[in-house]
Amino acid sequence: MVENKKGFQIFANILMIFLAVCAVAPFVLLVMSSFTDEQALITDGYSFFPSKFSTYAYQYLLTKSSAVVRGYGISLMVTIVGTVCNLLLTILYAYPLSRKELPGRNIFAFYLFFTMLFSGGLVPSYLMWTQTFHIRNTYFALLVPGLLMNAFNVIMMRTYFTANIPDAVVEAARVDGASEFRILFGVVLPMALPIIATIGLLVGLAYWNDWMNGLYYLNDDRMFSIQVLLMNIQRDLDSLRQQAQAGGSVNTADLPSTSVRMALTVMGVLPIMVIYPFMQKYFVKGIAVGAVKG
Amino acid sequence: MKTFGKRLKRFWPLYLMFVPGVVYLFINCYIPMAGIQIAFRQYNAREGIYGSPWCGFQNFEFLFKTKDAFIMIRNTLLYNLVFITLGTVLAVAVAIILNEIRNHLAKQLYQTVILIPYLISMVIVSYLAFAFLSSSNGYINNSLLAALGANPIDWYNTPKYWPFILVIINIWKGLGYNMILYYATICGIDHTLYEAAVVDGANRWQQIRNVTLPGLKSTIIILTLMALGGIFRSDFGLFYQVPQNSGPLIGVTQTIDTYVYRGLMQTNNIGMSSAAGVYQSIVGFVLVVTANLIVRKVDSDSSLF
Repeated sequence: MVENKKGFQIFANILMIFLAVCAVAPFVLLVMSSFTDEQALITDGYSFFPSKFSTYAYQYLLTKSSAVVRGYGISLMVTIVGTVCNLLLTILYAYPLSRKELPGRNIFAFYLFFTMLFSGGLVPSYLMWTQTFHIRNTYFALLVPGLLMNAFNVIMMRTYFTANIPDAVVEAARVDGASEFRILFGVVLPMALPIIATIGLLVGLAYWNDWMNGLYYLNDDRMFSIQVLLMNIQRDLDSLRQQAQAGGSVNTADLPSTSVRMALTVMGVLPIMVIYPFMQKYFVKGIAVGAVKG
Repeated sequence: MKTFGKRLKRFWPLYLMFVPGVVYLFINCYIPMAGIQIAFRQYNAREGIYGSPWCGFQNFEFLFKTKDAFIMIRNTLLYNLVFITLGTVLAVAVAIILNEIRNHLAKQLYQTVILIPYLISMVIVSYLAFAFLSSSNGYINNSLLAALGANPIDWYNTPKYWPFILVIINIWKGLGYNMILYYATICGIDHTLYEAAVVDGANRWQQIRNVTLPGLKSTIIILTLMALGGIFRSDFGLFYQVPQNSGPLIGVTQTIDTYVYRGLMQTNNIGMSSAAGVYQSIVGFVLVVTANLIVRKVDSDSSLF
């Protein structure tokens, strides 16, 4: 253990540095190309060391393109509203599940749990949301399908309540005459802030990153969140490329240039990168607890 | 009856709390479950799911007569097997090496940075991939291959590279997440075991083999079983968005999920699309339940039920 301790440490560190570089290199390329002059991008391609810098893409995004500012606003609103609603639903379901003396709680546990085992799949869900609830091209499309509550998170929160809120505390509040809602919001939740932060972050991330609901249910570009906007730009480029291959004439004038697309992508990850370093602990805890303790 | 009334009087606020979640799960999960009968009907939009005429297993017969069925099932299973095997081996190896690092600050930093790819959406990943793979100005063609004097490759029209590209992207995105799962388990291993091993004269490699790996065994088994339970599912974004829905690549990028989506939204073939979806749901259900029954045998605390 002693003889080559130093050699092994060097090896281990080099390996981890290599992996860390692999993890961030694509982001560096992304940021660099968003600051590259458009002409240099065309002649040299994407590069870690651009031959000519330019902030044109960001100026364009912030001044000329209303879709981006709008998309940002929609992403923010959806993330905030969605996370708050999700947390409320999760807490309200998890808390009574954690109360051992509640008759019939196993029925509710199974009702929740079964949704993790079996799902109807895309086709019936899609037909229901569009034909029964008519959510196409409404903000509900970004908020409600699939994302509003997640059985894993409910179970994670129930487990936390069971492990960290002593029955005696709840009983004492009941004896004092507090109502059940009062006990939950006044006594239990202040003791559960770490798990609320953890689940809130995971849910917020899911809302910010979601583009599939936009793919299924939105075609009105005034409703596009930043991710949906990015997805649609790529789709338009794909169809242009296919037209070009088929020999048709192609008009790329309406589509954002390469550096603008890269700047837009940077904007799409920026909030995550800003928040993540401060919240890293909660993310890691959420992953470690969530998957092992199910 | 009296006790029932008494109970209700005492517990009704707690039952009331269940109501929003019960309603949401009913709409979001249970109504679509009932809707799987669409696969056994000849769907037409005017009559809706519950009014269209029954047609037995006709949709399934048509589906399994096509070559598509074989290709998408093969792709889904093979990609998942490679993701699970390679993903687990790498995550365990990296977790062990991370655990050996002495400097706490460096340890924290590595862990933080390697998790970053997990946090971004597949749409962003597809833009990152395009920056490397674009045939006209991508980094690989323009900088790497040009420097080597090699010919540029038309990545988005050449299927043979995509099994590797998709595996690399999947590992790149998931390594941090999987590594944390195993690292958390390593941190929970009793330290006195290592001390005892040192007393017995075990070197670092022997400690890893005789203490760390046995300590990880049940986590590895459980997570692998859980992953096998999901072997019929695939990440739609990885297989649809990252290859940019490119036609020539479909043979190596089509999975059950992309087939269902394409059938529903693009080729308007709801019969076969829903048959594929129901097939996925039912086989997936059997696999998840089986996996959990086995997990319960291995370690009853980790099983879902």
